Amino acid sequence: MGINYNVPEYEVVRDPQRCIACRVCERQCANEVHSYDPKTGKMKSDESKCVNCHRCVALCPTHALKIVKNNDTYRINAQWSNEAIGEIYRQAETGGMLLSSMGNPKPYPIYWDKMLLNASQVTNPSIDPLREPMETKTFLGKKPDHIERDSEGHIRTDNLPPQLKLEVPILFSAMSYGAISYNAHECLARAARALGTYYNTGEGGLHEDFYKYGPNTIVQVASGRFGVHKGYLEAGAAIEIKIGQGAKPGIGGHLPGAKIVGDISRTRMIPEGSDAISPAPHHDIYSIEDLRQLVYSLKEATEYKKPVIVKIAAVHNVAAIASGIARSGADIIAIDGFRSGTGAAPTRIRDNVGIPIELALAAVDSRLRQEKIRNNVSLIAGGSIRNSADVVKAIALGADAVYIGTAALLALGCHLCRTCQTGKCNWGIATQRPDLVKRLNPDIGTKRLINLVSAWKHEIMEMMGGMGINSIEALRGNRLMLRGVGLNDRELKILGIKHAGE
Amino acid sequence: MFRIDADGKYFQQLNEEIRVAQDSEILVEHCMGQRYIGAGVSGKHLLIRGVPGNDLGCYLDGGTIRVQGNAQDQTGDTMNAGAIVVEGSSGDATGYSMRGGKIFIRGNAGYRVGIHMKAYREHQPLIVVGGETGSFLGEYQAGGTIIVLGLDSGGKIPVGNLSCTGMHGGRMYLRCRELPKDLPAQVKAARASAQDMARIDGFLDDFCRTFGIRKETVLSEPFFVVMPNTSNPYRSLYTFN
Repeated sequence: MGINYNVPEYEVVRDPQRCIACRVCERQCANEVHSYDPKTGKMKSDESKCVNCHRCVALCPTHALKIVKNNDTYRINAQWSNEAIGEIYRQAETGGMLLSSMGNPKPYPIYWDKMLLNASQVTNPSIDPLREPMETKTFLGKKPDHIERDSEGHIRTDNLPPQLKLEVPILFSAMSYGAISYNAHECLARAARALGTYYNTGEGGLHEDFYKYGPNTIVQVASGRFGVHKGYLEAGAAIEIKIGQGAKPGIGGHLPGAKIVGDISRTRMIPEGSDAISPAPHHDIYSIEDLRQLVYSLKEATEYKKPVIVKIAAVHNVAAIASGIARSGADIIAIDGFRSGTGAAPTRIRDNVGIPIELALAAVDSRLRQEKIRNNVSLIAGGSIRNSADVVKAIALGADAVYIGTAALLALGCHLCRTCQTGKCNWGIATQRPDLVKRLNPDIGTKRLINLVSAWKHEIMEMMGGMGINSIEALRGNRLMLRGVGLNDRELKILGIKHAGE
Repeated sequence: MFRIDADGKYFQQLNEEIRVAQDSEILVEHCMGQRYIGAGVSGKHLLIRGVPGNDLGCYLDGGTIRVQGNAQDQTGDTMNAGAIVVEGSSGDATGYSMRGGKIFIRGNAGYRVGIHMKAYREHQPLIVVGGETGSFLGEYQAGGTIIVLGLDSGGKIPVGNLSCTGMHGGRMYLRCRELPKDLPAQVKAARASAQDMARIDGFLDDFCRTFGIRKETVLSEPFFVVMPNTSNPYRSLYTFN
């Protein structure tokens, strides 16, 4: 074994005045950073194992711990950052592709922060949501071209294509059982039911315990078809075909055999210890016509009772691709931006492939409107929604609703240490180790998710009210409510918005 | 037996008639490319005359489908249980991602047969092709058994190029005198032993009985068996960052 060139990224600072050597940090750290030295009666740290998940900091009873960025540095070089050098060392040592987790952390532009919302002044008065009705309910699915009336002149509603009814325009995005824990899935399922929205199984199948949440579940069908069978398709309120994922557009998934244990194996319906490989493409899809075939095979299998969602990553030609999907028979298109999270993706793909959701969403909505097929589908935008203002801006840009993944995990206690790929999540979220999973209390987690989305809902109503808008329907695609700041003409054109002051 | 004339019928109507039919035995005549026949169906026995379209028996969950003719692409896509028997040939991606049940093709099958086939506990899927298959046979195969007999191939290799790419589970049997030259590194292949042959003896009996083929004919050529040499083919591909 040669010298390990990599320097610990973080430093564990332990205040000796405060530390009482209670060894909580040692018990809490699955990465085995902390240890007790019986000779000195003191705690020690091995920072090379620290991922900065803050579990020890949060649980230290005397607040003796903090994790700081290691000040150690290679010779300062604008071209060769410490990170760039460290990655070279890692690959030179192992010969492996770099594997990372969660969303793209690089300093690319965040367009949400370059768009500002409108508010009413004097004319078109604002609405007080505490006093006046404010509709956050929305329906996802294909909308009819024209109104039909029955023999008595009433508008018919019995002839609509299947719709998903959302009390708030926020859904929990696809995270598979396997990537996240049983308890995390339980939290999402219960919160979705309480909130009147949906969570998404991801491609790992649906655990038998969670079939009862079916009316608030979107079941996913990906290229690996894990756990996909008639009962699974019928269990959900909608079926999502996963073509791509924002964190790793163009490549497949790979859950290592070490994570295919017990219930994961049973839910995915593959043997324990066998790798779960999702090939990059669906091997029956080479064209929009082929996509249509999969859409209709799912509709046939579920007797046309459930909307079918097609999820794609936001990539360069996203508008043209979405136009094709809108003609494929799909009811909903989900677009996943390049910031979206993942349980594991090759670093280079995560950080370099795909485009921002803001631009993709605007381009898709504009294109579908130009082609007069916007009503063929609903749009869900995901991959970077951080707060209720992002939600409002996304809807104003043209989304019908948004998917949140990272934000939901943060609500459950995730600290974005971005090491899900190790399977040692100290917060019980991205792990299958029973001792770690039980750290996530499903009752508390459910409550925290409900709190988050409820708070956002109030904020959305306040922002809509301020604009003099009283329903999601009236906000959708209402780009007059947006102004850009610090954007160039091309960016404003793609976003379809004016600059502030115009 | 309930009879449905498929002549000129749109697939949605045909499939609806099959779904609601009270009789479990159904004869579909003059089939002309209608897709998704038997999608997610269980407990029915379909006899199809003519050519069913793509996705025949997709998500099939039991029962049987017999085609007196050829089938098109993705026959038995993601099927869970039951049996599909094709007296002619079938198209590409036959048995795509199937998890259980059996598919018997008397003639040839197209590209990517048995791609991503998997197995789980009592679900042990089986594909037997009497003739030859195209390239990429058993790509990503994760479980189950694929048997290609090449009954009319005179002992020549009955499969196209690049079989077993990404295979990480299950078994494949090829009836021929030599192995394909382009099998990937992550599989091991050898002449089938008596033990290997015993594992598929019942399958061959079943296939022979289904199509009225003499078993001695099938056993008149040697068999090779191909298996993955690891169930974690990509383990060393990554380094945590």
